Amino acid sequence: MNLRRLWAIMLKELRQLRRDRITLAMIMGIPILQLILFGYAINLNLRHLPAAVADQAQTAGSRAAIQDLLASGVIELHATAQSPQQLVDLLREGRITVGIAVPPDFERRKLDGREAIQVMVDGSDNVVQAAAGQLAQYPLNQPDNFHARVETPISVVSFYNPERRSPVNIVPGLVGVILTMTMVLFTAVAIVRESERGNMELLITTPVSRTELMIGKVLPYAVIGLLQTSIVLLLGVWLFRVPIRGSLWDVYLAASLLILANLSLGLLISTRAKSQFQAMQMTFFVFLPSILLSGFMFPYAGMPPPAQWIAELLPLTHFMRLIRGIMLRGAALGDLWPDSLALAVFIAVMLTLAIRLFHKRLD
Amino acid sequence: MTDTAIHAHGLTKRFGQLVAVNAVNLDVPRACVYGFLGPNGSGKSTTIRMLCGLLTPSEGEIDVLGLRIPQQAEQLKRRIGYMTQKFSLFDDLSVRQNLEFLATVQGLPRQQGKARVDDLLRRYRLDDRTEQLAGTLSGGQKQRLALAGAIVHKPELLLLDEPTSAVDPESRRDFWEKLFELADDGTTILVSTHYMDEAERCHRLAILDNGNLVADGTPKELTAKLQGRTFLIRADAPRKVKEALEDQPDVLSVAQIGNELRVLLRHSDEHVDAFKQRLQRIGLPFDVESVTPSLEDVFVAATRRHEEQAA
Ligand SMILES: Nc1ncnc2c1ncn2[C@@H]1O[C@H](COP(=O)(O)OP(=O)(O)OP(=O)(O)O)[C@@H](O)[C@H]1O
Ligand SMILES: [Mg+2]
Repeated sequence: MNLRRLWAIMLKELRQLRRDRITLAMIMGIPILQLILFGYAINLNLRHLPAAVADQAQTAGSRAAIQDLLASGVIELHATAQSPQQLVDLLREGRITVGIAVPPDFERRKLDGREAIQVMVDGSDNVVQAAAGQLAQYPLNQPDNFHARVETPISVVSFYNPERRSPVNIVPGLVGVILTMTMVLFTAVAIVRESERGNMELLITTPVSRTELMIGKVLPYAVIGLLQTSIVLLLGVWLFRVPIRGSLWDVYLAASLLILANLSLGLLISTRAKSQFQAMQMTFFVFLPSILLSGFMFPYAGMPPPAQWIAELLPLTHFMRLIRGIMLRGAALGDLWPDSLALAVFIAVMLTLAIRLFHKRLD
Repeated sequence: MTDTAIHAHGLTKRFGQLVAVNAVNLDVPRACVYGFLGPNGSGKSTTIRMLCGLLTPSEGEIDVLGLRIPQQAEQLKRRIGYMTQKFSLFDDLSVRQNLEFLATVQGLPRQQGKARVDDLLRRYRLDDRTEQLAGTLSGGQKQRLALAGAIVHKPELLLLDEPTSAVDPESRRDFWEKLFELADDGTTILVSTHYMDEAERCHRLAILDNGNLVADGTPKELTAKLQGRTFLIRADAPRKVKEALEDQPDVLSVAQIGNELRVLLRHSDEHVDAFKQRLQRIGLPFDVESVTPSLEDVFVAATRRHEEQAA
C-alpha cells in the first residue's frame, strides 16, 4: 500500500464531499433531527390530548374531579358533550382523542367504591391505545376501535414507563441507529456512484490497488462517523442530561467498531449493487431489521428465537449492548468483550469479502 | 524490445449469447497511430478494454508492451494511458485537482507532478480555467483535459476510445495535431473512431464490423485494393437507376449522394466501357466516371464481403 496514493484518494473524496451539499446536510442534519425528534417524542408524554367532558352528574364533586383531570395537563378541553354517545361521536369524527364521561350516579358509585368516571380513548392511535392497554380493567360495549376505560388522572400519566422511553435510554441507541443509517449508505453509494459516472473505469486503469481504493474511500467516512457520534453525544448530554458513566474513550472505541463494521458492510454492498438505487435498496434491507431487531425499539429478550438469531448477525445489536453498558451502567469495553469481539469478527469478514469481491475489472 | 506494441491473436469476447469480439488478430507497431474504425456496437470499446486488462477475453492471447494480458495487467497499468469513451474524470473536482490527483495516483513525485501538471495545463490550453470544475467545461475542453489526464505519466502506449465524438471539426483537427506530436515522441497510440476522415489520418488502421476484423493495413494499401471498382454515376432519375443497379450481381453497393450514385463493384477487372454498355440495357440516361476509392468504399467492401461469407 502506497501512502501517498492512499492520501490522494482520501483528499479527492473529501474535496468531492465538500461540494456535495446534500450529503453534507445529511451528515449534520440526520443526527440533529433524529435527536430532537426522539427527544421531543419522549418529553411529550401524552400532553394536551384534545378531550371532551360529558358531566351528567353536575355535582360539586364531579366538577372537582374533572378540574383535577384537566389540571394534570394530559388532556385539554376541546369540545363539550351532554352524553357518552356524543363523546363516542366526537371520537369517531377525530375531534377528540379522549372522552370523559361522568355518569349521573357519580356520587353513589364513588361511595360504593365502583368506577366513577369513564375515560374513553381513541384506540386507532397506537400510543394512546398502548396507554389504554395498560389501564385495561374491563372493556365496555363500545364500537370495536374504541376502548373505554375508567381511571384517575394520575394513572393516565403513569402508564408511560420512564425506564423504557426516557432519553437516557434512547440517546445511546440513537448513536448506533444514526451510524447504521448513514455509514452503510454513504460508502455503498460512494463507490457505486463512481461506477455509474464512469470514474471507476479510469481509476482501475491506474496503478491504484484495490486496498488503497477501498480504504481511501472509506476512511473519510469513518471520520464523519466519529463527528456524528460527537454531535449526538454532545446534544444528548446538553439537552437531555444523558449520563456517560463509563469512559468516553470506550464510547468512542465502541462507536469506531460500529462505524468500521458499517463501512465494511457498505463496501460489500457496493461490490454487488449495479446502481445507486440498488445500493440504497440493499442498505434498507439491512437498516430495517437493525432498527426493529437490535433492541433499540423492542427489547431483545421479548423476541422469538429466529428473530434473535438474525439480531445476533446485525452489528447494531452488539453495539446497542456495548453503548448502553458503557454509558448507562458504567461498564468497560473489556467487560463486554463478547460483543466487541462479535463486531471485530464482523468487520474482518465483511472487509475481506469486499476486497475479494472487488476486482479491478469491468466483468 | 520488439517493434510491436500490441499483439493479439484470436481475441474473442462473448457476453452471454452475444459475440462482441470475434477471433480478432491484431499487430500494432510502436510509435504508430493505429486506428480502429467501426460502426456503433462493432466491438471497438470491448477490444480496447480487453487490451488494457479491464475485460477478460473469452478466448485468445494478448501481449501488450511485452506483458501477458490479463495476467500481468497490473504491471501494464503503469505504462499505459487510457481515455475512456465517456468522460471519466471527476466532474466535481477542478481542472487542476483532477490532474494533480492523477499525477499522484500515477506515482509522480510531488515536485515533478506539479511541474508536469503546469506544463500540461499550458500545452492543452487549460491554464485559464485551472480552478473551473471539470463538469462545467465544454465538450472540447473536457476532451483536452481527458487527454492531458491520460498522458500525465508519459505512458508508452495510449489507448483512446472515440476521443473526438461530440467535438467540432476545428477541435478535432487540433486534437489530432496533439496525437501526432505524441507519436513523434515515441508514444504508440491506438485510437477508435467512426469518422472516416480520422481513420484516413492514421498510420495504420483496422476495420471492425460486428466484432470481426474485416480489413487492416495502411489507408493507402486498403484503398489501393479497390482500384478500378469505384464509379460515379450522374443520372436524371438516380433512384430508378439505383434500383436497376442493385439487381446486378456484380454490383456490391450503390449509395446515393445528392444527384449522384457512388457504385462499388465486386471485381475490378471490368473496364469502364463494359460497365457502361451493360448499364445501357437499363434504358435510362446516365453518365459514368471512374473515381478513386475512399476509406468508406473500403469499409463497405470489407463489411459486405464478410456478410456474404457468413451467409
Ligand atoms: N458489459 C456488456 N454486457 C453485455 N453486452 C455488452 C457489454 N459491453 C458491450 N456489449 C455489447 O458488445 C457489443 C460491442 O460493444 P462495444 O461497446 O465494444 O462497441 P463499440 O464499437 O465501442 O460501439 P460504439 O461506437 O457505440 O462505442 C455491443 O453489441 C454491446 O451491446
Ligand atoms: Mg465504444
